[in-house]
Amino acid sequence: MRFVDEYRDADTARALAARITALCEPGRSYKFMEVCGGHTHTIYKHGIEDYLPEAVTLVHGPGCPVCVIPMGRVDDAIHIAAQPDVIMTSFGDMMRVPGGKGSFLDAKARGADIRMVYSPLDALKIAKQNPSKRVVFMAIGFETTAPSTAMTVLRAKADGVDNFSVFCNHVTIIPAIKAILDSPDLRLDAFIGPGHVSTVIGCRPYRFIARDYGKPIVVAGFEPLDVLQSVHQILTQLAQRRCEVENQYARVVPWDGNPKALAAINEVMELRPHFEWRGLGFISQSALRVSAKYARYDAERIFQIPGGRVADPTSCQCGEVLKGVLKPWECKVFGTACTPETPIGTCMVSSEGACAAYYNFGRFSRERVKEATRQ
Amino acid sequence: MTGDTGLEEQVLERIERARRRKARVREEYITLAHGAGGKATHTLIEGVFLESFRNALLEPLEDGAVIDEMAFTTDSFVVTPLFFPGGDIGDLAVNGTVNDLAMCGARPRYLSAGFILEEGFPLAHLRRITASMAAAAKAADVQIVTGDTKVVERGKADGCYVVTAGVGTLDRPTRLSAAAARPGDAVIVSGPIGEHGITIMLARGELDIQADLTSDTAPLNELTARLLDACDDGEVRCLRDATRGGVATVLNEIAEASKAAIVVNEDIIPVRPDVRGACELLGIDPLYVACEGRMVAIVSQASAETALTALHSHPLGREAAVVGRVNDDPPGLVLLKTAFGGTRIVDLLVGDPLPRIC
Repeated sequence: MRFVDEYRDADTARALAARITALCEPGRSYKFMEVCGGHTHTIYKHGIEDYLPEAVTLVHGPGCPVCVIPMGRVDDAIHIAAQPDVIMTSFGDMMRVPGGKGSFLDAKARGADIRMVYSPLDALKIAKQNPSKRVVFMAIGFETTAPSTAMTVLRAKADGVDNFSVFCNHVTIIPAIKAILDSPDLRLDAFIGPGHVSTVIGCRPYRFIARDYGKPIVVAGFEPLDVLQSVHQILTQLAQRRCEVENQYARVVPWDGNPKALAAINEVMELRPHFEWRGLGFISQSALRVSAKYARYDAERIFQIPGGRVADPTSCQCGEVLKGVLKPWECKVFGTACTPETPIGTCMVSSEGACAAYYNFGRFSRERVKEATRQ
Repeated sequence: MTGDTGLEEQVLERIERARRRKARVREEYITLAHGAGGKATHTLIEGVFLESFRNALLEPLEDGAVIDEMAFTTDSFVVTPLFFPGGDIGDLAVNGTVNDLAMCGARPRYLSAGFILEEGFPLAHLRRITASMAAAAKAADVQIVTGDTKVVERGKADGCYVVTAGVGTLDRPTRLSAAAARPGDAVIVSGPIGEHGITIMLARGELDIQADLTSDTAPLNELTARLLDACDDGEVRCLRDATRGGVATVLNEIAEASKAAIVVNEDIIPVRPDVRGACELLGIDPLYVACEGRMVAIVSQASAETALTALHSHPLGREAAVVGRVNDDPPGLVLLKTAFGGTRIVDLLVGDPLPRIC
């Protein structure tokens, strides 16, 4: 299949892997964080780690939009969904995320009208088809999905749809990366930068990572060869004692991002003073809300939400996993009390969550897997 | 990384122990995940139905029960939309039960048909459904010999639900079982996977994706008869049609029941380009997408070639392929050698395969 197979070629991968191994300095170990959950998913889905030398460890970062939603926000959304005449809509990934009192799927089973949509425009369509209902879109995601939420609000305004609103949970990637860089318990050598976020924000916002923290970052695509190539680029930078922002995903990511998408976000949304991230705590100026100008489309203003903070279960170590301090299997409850069927933490819910990816795709000793798959 | 290996191994063993614990349904309400064919469905079946009905015939949880020289099975159909490219709820209901009997190694003979109809359901639609059931029954050489009808108030059902049950006769001494896979056996898939599931997703019209796809719904009894006739008794270990939950779910059931590992090669598993394209766009793995006319066969290594030749001789098995093999270790696990050249686990899904957002 064109545009897919050329990025998954095993021969190319083997050649690239040999060059990666050659670039590693003897006796040195490397830790690279892939910020984005999409990369985590790709790494496990294709078995990319099989190509990496033991000296290179990939650490999974906080860039899974579902994983960073705090439990209190899920409860708020379920509270809105339980109001009269409300149809709550959200992406499929959100359906199983546990709040303090269950997930969307549980609320739906108890009678709430919660529907899965593929795009916020589908939610707007539902609003148009159900004029007597109040349709709310649970918006989640980084700068990747924020523009489509913003464009939908603009469309709702242009079409005069007044029964549509957004429960905005959009977050921004840079403050999260900064929080990780400032975290005292982490030693990283470089970053594999998020690809789809960068299609919107471009590569410039990452310059502080190289300049102020001395870490290389390579913005990477989501095919397995993209990831391997970005590892190669990082190791090349380190070998040449360079420290820069590089764009491996130039076929999709413009250096300056997408000005139209950014303009739509700026028109409809504004930064919150602070926002709680699951496991990471409050991070200032790290999330977006609907701005006052578009108040009539803001579910937080339309509905009285409890806005309570629900503490993460004490057994859950999602925070450490999201920061890359712990590997998923090092968490106390990983795979026993916390599984994809009965997740305690969000990292176990989304297919992009580090724990779910590890549990579903990688949960086994590499040695035994290697032995079993040998022809 | 090496220093961690011992510790990681311990954690992984702890997880395996946790997975072997008895299934317990924790939810207070039925959710859609309970019907999706993944882990939640298995937990429901083992934690509620098997708990209540436990007996020696039910316990193996095969596609049908084998009683002396007879196989007996049932299946219910709630598909939306009722009519889709390549079929409708009628032929699906006949083929589904015919296939469950065929997977027991039986010759399907007689079916029952129950209808739950919603007030206001157009009679023309019902006629269309019964006509395709009649055609499907004829094609599979079975008779629908008994039935039942219920009508519920408007809003209490989605137009029409169909429940079929069936009996078949076991003409061969071979007894098939998901627990019969042995290390060294070949894993065969009878044709391109995922066409039914993707066709249905697209037919719902919620996704703006166009593809020239039709459901693969078909009776597999002729195909299984050819396979079983070609191979010596006992050489075919197990047959399973890859319906809800797809090939991945079937492989997990076999690995679990046989306490063996199954290793499959992603690049040999037949998937049509349209299905692959739609799956790529939706972020779904075709291994988990439902088929209604495809099966997985576990066959001894010695008979693999014979089996493949027999399957290739039938139109429904023309693209059959040996996609992997059975191993002794790690027991209960399905492993995939990815087309990219890596390896990973293929686990049961928790619920529906949900599209990823970005």
